[in-house]
Parts: sequence; C-alpha cells; structure tokens
Amino acid sequence: MPLTPHENEAGAFRLHGELTVMHAAALKDELLAALAHADTLALDLGEVEDIDTAGVQLLLLLKREAARLGRSVSYGGHSGAVLAALELLDLTGALGDPVLMPKGA
Amino acid sequence: MDMDMARDALVQEARELLAAMENALLEIEAEGASPEAINAIFRAAHTIKGSAGLFAFDRIVSFTHIAESMLDRVRNGTLPLDQPLMALLLECSDYIAELVDAIEARREDIEPDPERRARLEDALNALLGEPKAQVATVRQAAPEPAGQVEVESGESVSSDNWHLSLRFSQDVLRHGMDPMSFLRYLGTLGRIVHIVTLPDAMPAADEFDAESCYLGFEIDFASEVDRQTIEGVFEFVREDSDIRILPPHGKVAEYISLIGALPEPAGRLGEILVKGGALTSGELETVLARQAAEPVPAKPIGTLLVEQEMVPQAVVAAALTKQKQGEEKRAQEQKFIKVEVNKLDALIDLVGELVIAGAATNLLARKQKDPQFEEVSQALSTLVEQIRDAALTLRMVPIGEVFQRFPRVVRDISRELGKEIQLVVTGADTELDKSMVEKLSDPLMHIVRNAMDHGIESTAARVDAGKPAGGTLRLNAYHESGSIVIEVSDDGKGLDRERILKKGIERGLVQPDQILSDSEVFRLIFEAGFSTAETVTNLSGRGVGMDVVKKNIESLRGEVEILSRAGQGTTVRIRLPLTLAIIDGFQVMVGESTFVIPLELVIECVDVGGHDTRHNIVKLRGEPLPFLRLRELFDLPPADGVRESLVVVQYGQHRAGVVVDRLMGEFQAVIKPLGQLFNQVRGISGSTILGDGRVALILDVPNLIQRASRAQAALAWHGQATTTPEQTGGN
Repeated sequence: MPLTPHENEAGAFRLHGELTVMHAAALKDELLAALAHADTLALDLGEVEDIDTAGVQLLLLLKREAARLGRSVSYGGHSGAVLAALELLDLTGALGDPVLMPKGA
Repeated sequence: MDMDMARDALVQEARELLAAMENALLEIEAEGASPEAINAIFRAAHTIKGSAGLFAFDRIVSFTHIAESMLDRVRNGTLPLDQPLMALLLECSDYIAELVDAIEARREDIEPDPERRARLEDALNALLGEPKAQVATVRQAAPEPAGQVEVESGESVSSDNWHLSLRFSQDVLRHGMDPMSFLRYLGTLGRIVHIVTLPDAMPAADEFDAESCYLGFEIDFASEVDRQTIEGVFEFVREDSDIRILPPHGKVAEYISLIGALPEPAGRLGEILVKGGALTSGELETVLARQAAEPVPAKPIGTLLVEQEMVPQAVVAAALTKQKQGEEKRAQEQKFIKVEVNKLDALIDLVGELVIAGAATNLLARKQKDPQFEEVSQALSTLVEQIRDAALTLRMVPIGEVFQRFPRVVRDISRELGKEIQLVVTGADTELDKSMVEKLSDPLMHIVRNAMDHGIESTAARVDAGKPAGGTLRLNAYHESGSIVIEVSDDGKGLDRERILKKGIERGLVQPDQILSDSEVFRLIFEAGFSTAETVTNLSGRGVGMDVVKKNIESLRGEVEILSRAGQGTTVRIRLPLTLAIIDGFQVMVGESTFVIPLELVIECVDVGGHDTRHNIVKLRGEPLPFLRLRELFDLPPADGVRESLVVVQYGQHRAGVVVDRLMGEFQAVIKPLGQLFNQVRGISGSTILGDGRVALILDVPNLIQRASRAQAALAWHGQATTTPEQTGGN
C-alpha cells in the first residue's frame, strides 16, 4: 500500500487509497520508519479515498510520536474523505495543518 | 387429595408469578429498567423458590436459587440489565415454566430439559462467578432509571443537550465496525453540537496496535429522540463498550459519577464538559468540589459513584414500593376468594335446572288460573332470573387473561421475522365466559401469527409504501348487543382480493363468473387448505389453520369476519355470545314444533299478511329484507289457514326475517348441546327443555341470516343472468 516517497523532496510522502483498518498495521510501521529517517515529515493526503477510525487514530499517533521525538509531521492536501472524517470528529485543529479545500470543491 | 390440591395451587401460583415476571421483563424492554420492575422479577423468582421449597421440588429450588442470586446483583446495581441479560432472563422464565409443567404432570422427578438447564446454569454462573465479569459490566452505563424516586433528589444541570461518553471496546475495529459510522448515524438523529475526540488512551508507539480502537468521544448532542433511540445507535457495540448517555438536564450526581468513571483525569473531562456546554463553569465547580469531598476510589474504571450515590436511594425506593405493594396485596386479598371452577360449574348447572323448574311452575300457574299462585310464581321467576344473571357473572373474566400472552408472542415473533411490530391492546377488561377464554387462546394465537407473518410487510416494503417503518398490531375487545367482539387488526398490506379469488376459482370453490362481495371473497381463506402465501414460512402459510380457527370459533357459537383494505391493513373480527350456558330466548312455533331464538337478536315481529313475499324478499318500510320459512327449512308438514308472523333478527350488521306460525313470547332457555349426531345439521345451534318437559330447538341465527342472504344473492344473480341470455350459454 499506499505510502510512496515524493520523487525529489526528502521527507515528503504521498498516501493513496484506503487509510483503514485493513492496512493500518502495515502502514503504522512504514510511517514510523519514515519518521525515524526525517526531522520533518510531510504527508500528502490528497489521494486518500477512504479513512476510518483506525486511520484517524494512526494520524494522531504519528503526530504525537513526532512531538515526543521533537520532530514535526504535517498533513496536507486533505482529500474530501479525510476532511469529512476530521470534521465529524472535530479534529481539523489537531490534524488539519494547512487544511486546503479539496480540488474542485 | 389435600396434597394434590396444594400442588395445583402451587402450579397456578407459579404460573401467575411467571406471567408477572415476563410482564415486568417486557416492560423493562419497552420502557427501560425501573426499580419496581426489577423488584417484581426478583420477587417472582423468590416466591416461586419459596413455595417450591415447601414441597421439596428441588429442581425448581436449585435453579431459581441461581437465578435469584443473579437477580439480586441486578437489583443492587452490580449487574446491568442489558439486552443479553434480558434474553437470558426470559429464557430462564421459560425453563421454570417447563419445570412447573412437570410438577403439574406429576413428573417433577424427571428433568424436563437437561440440555437447556445446563446451558442456562452455565450462563448464570458465568455472570455470578467471575468477578472480572462484574468489573467489565460495571463499565456499561447503568440504564437510566426513568421516573424513579431518586429523581426527586439532586439538582439538575441546565444544559438541554444529551451528553454521550463513548469508550468503544478495543476490538470494535477488528469486529468490522467503525466508530465513525456510529457517529455519522447519530448525526442523522439530531445535531452533534460538540464533539471531543480523546486520544488519551492511545499507548506508546511500540505498544500501539493499529487495529485496536483507542479513541474515546465526548459528545453533546441536541435531539428530540428518546433515550432508547440513542441507545439503539450503539446496540451492536453496547455489550463490550462503555457507552454512557446522560439525558438533557441530567443530574449533578450523574456527572459526578461520569467524571469518576471515565479514565481521563477529572480536570480535563471537566473542561470538555464545559466547553461542549454540558455543564456551566459554576456547575462544574459544584461537581468537582463534591467529587473531591467524596472518597473517589483509585481505580480509574470500576467502582462507580453510581453505587455510592444512587444505589442507596434505589434501595430505599424499592423498600418503599415493596411496603406499598404489600398493603395493596392485603387489600386485594380481602376482595377475592379463590373458588374451584368445578364448584362454579356445579352451581351453574343447578341454576339451569332451577330455570327449567321455574318455567314448569309458571306454565302450571297459568293453566290453573289461580291469581295468587300466578303472582307467587311471577315473583319466583324474577328471582330466578336474577340468580341466573348473578351466577353467570361469577364465570365472567376479563379477556385480558387471553391478551396477556401476546406481548411476549409479538416480541418473539417480530424478532424471528426481523420486523418491527408494536402491539396495542385495548378493551382488556371486557368480560366473557371463563370457559370461552380457554378455547379462544389458540385461534387468536393463529390469527396474530398470521397477521404478523403475512399481514405486516417487511420494514423495507413499509418504508417504500410510505408507511411508518414499524408495524402496529392491535388487539381490541368490546361488548355489542349480547355478544363480545374481539378484533385483531394490523396496518399491513391487506388481503389480495384478486389472488384469493383466483385461488378460489382454481380450487373450484367459486364459479369463474360468480359475483362476490369483498367479504365473501375474504371468507374463502377459511376454507380448508387455502393459502395464498407465496412463501411458506415457519410460522404460517401452509394453509392449515384458518379453517381450524373458523371451526373453533363456530364451536363457541361465534362467527369470524374479515375486513381488509389493500395497503391499509386487515381486521379479523370475532363475534362470540357472552355465555354458553343460559340465554333469554324468544319462543316461536311452526306446526307442533317449538323453536327458540336468542332474544338479543330479535329486532321486531311483523304480521306477514298484506306483504308481498315473492322471491323470499319482503319489503319492510321501503327496505328489502330477505327471509326464509322455517317450515320449508325443516321440511315440516304444511298447514292451512295459519296467520304467519315474520320475526326480524339481526346479527352483526346483517338482518333477515324468519317466518313462523305462532309467536309464544319470552322464555329462559338453558342451552343443552346437541349430540354428535346433529353436528351436520345447519340452522340449529342447540336444544333446550321447555317447562312442560318438551324439547325445543335453538335456532342458529347467524347461519339463518347467511342462508337467507345467499338465497337472495343467488336469485339476484340468476335474475341478472336470465336477462342477458348470451352469458348463460357457458353453463
């Protein structure tokens, strides 16, 4: 799944497809590994098609882990699915970072 | 002998208690747990155990003992009364009923259902034995004891929103459920005013299992729906999640216990509550100050303040109600004496003989033409009449006795069918003869099952048809001119007239070109082996039953009628005579034979002379009235020169005339059943003995009316057919 490094930016990654419990365990390891190698991690959520509680929880964990290690994680390009979930849980503040309106909205 | 009587008394008492237990359980299911209802269940189990103990019926004693211990935990709040527990309790009550049946059958030494017993005992012991189970269950919000005594105490907070604290089970995601989808659904029931997602329970990254759910939610929710609906949202996860729901204007005490029970620190929760508007800062201070004053156990989850704060009050309330109920029970005991049914029956028989003897005396007095004798015998018959009425009312019982089985039946069947069906019972205090109550039960059960199975549509079909998703089944009873009417109505899809007619034609019950009224078509479903159901289900649809229903009702001298409107529902209406024993009759004669017509059904008597009586229709005050001649019906020898009279009778909505030779007047008839030999005879429902010892036949008025109307309809049809000759060719 779905985590691919950006071609020319270090620490920049793109998430694709489903950010759900199906892939959560594998993704957790990948994300933590990515965080271990970069002081600043930028995740593009623009192509996340579906997100569930496990996904949201994972994003929260990554944020917290970064804070603990004195590093930074930022999320960007939130897709419609991600925005809807964050709004439902009132987490736009915590996981929003620069929340941009999704393309075409 | 004495031992047998005591045993019967025990069986009867136990059944009443089990019924009370079941009612209380259903009440809890419908309206939420109340201390009274929980107490009623506990008391029922306790009393059954006590009585069984007197007789050393050990099977009952040992089983109810476990059930009682578990109920005791429910009563003192350590075990919450949730859905699975309710189901378990209902099954326990079913099993105890089996044990009681065994006692009645004198087979108490044999275990009726060892497999079920073992299963239930395991389930009960699991609830009792493991202390873990307790801690786990305490996490569930105790069901809000609505309208309970404790409501009087404790200030309420000012917020008009619900406050929901959700801590899902860690396994919820693994079980394929997503907390977010519950929240989305919740959003359709009202407005989520404020939500805080609490990541506090998330462990460090190493221990973090991405497939576990660690998030908690504090929600302020504005909605008009009731508690049950909100609880319903979380129905699938309630069992092992911690779902707490505080109503609008919840009590300060409840917030104290909420803060005490949740894993997060009090200060943080307090802030969330204030931010979401659940509490004002003033209220929060009160809550925190009070919480600090009370020793809060170190356990983050576990011993709740609910126990410290609420249970003593609940116990007080329970004690009060118990005391009150004790008083009420004493008052009731003074009002009732239990009498054996046999004694009553013997009394009714004697009264019947008295009525016959009284009639003989009357007859003699009239023949003797002694004014004093006549006067005395008149006074005597008035008294006999009163004694008869009083004796008959002794056997009258409210139909509620039959209806009380149905809440459980409807609950179980609606689950089985996956339909949402509400039962509305009215007229439960309408009285009818005890002997009928027993015979009514099965036919009613069948009709109810049929209505739920075939009448009420599936939830999806109902929604498509623009009806409320939940179906309604109504049981109604009322008195109408000497009969009791019992109605079973549903708001389902109604009967399919065309399909029934087609099936009727296929089975040769009706001619293809016959013109039938709706009620005649619907009546076809009472024919043996007639089923239009497309799918045969477990419950009904095999075409056995409705004909049996009709036979049962007819054996009670009653009648079944079906009213139905497509898309709106079906009503099955049963009409029964109030009593089976003695009636006020109207005596008529044809030649030398005497017949009796139930007086309540007689409308008027008219002289036939001067009326046009062709085609067996007489015009009475401008209205056509079908009639028949008893002489023709029973093949009696013709007589010349008699002045015939017309007796107009009515049953339900239908009227007809009966032509007789002579009217003899009122007469009290003790109904004697006709022997097997006369089973096939139509138009007669029983016999009676006249004052002079002769036998008179009692006319079956509903049957006569049906015949008269049918003859008229046939004639009308025939008349129509002859005027259009091209239609008759086919026959």
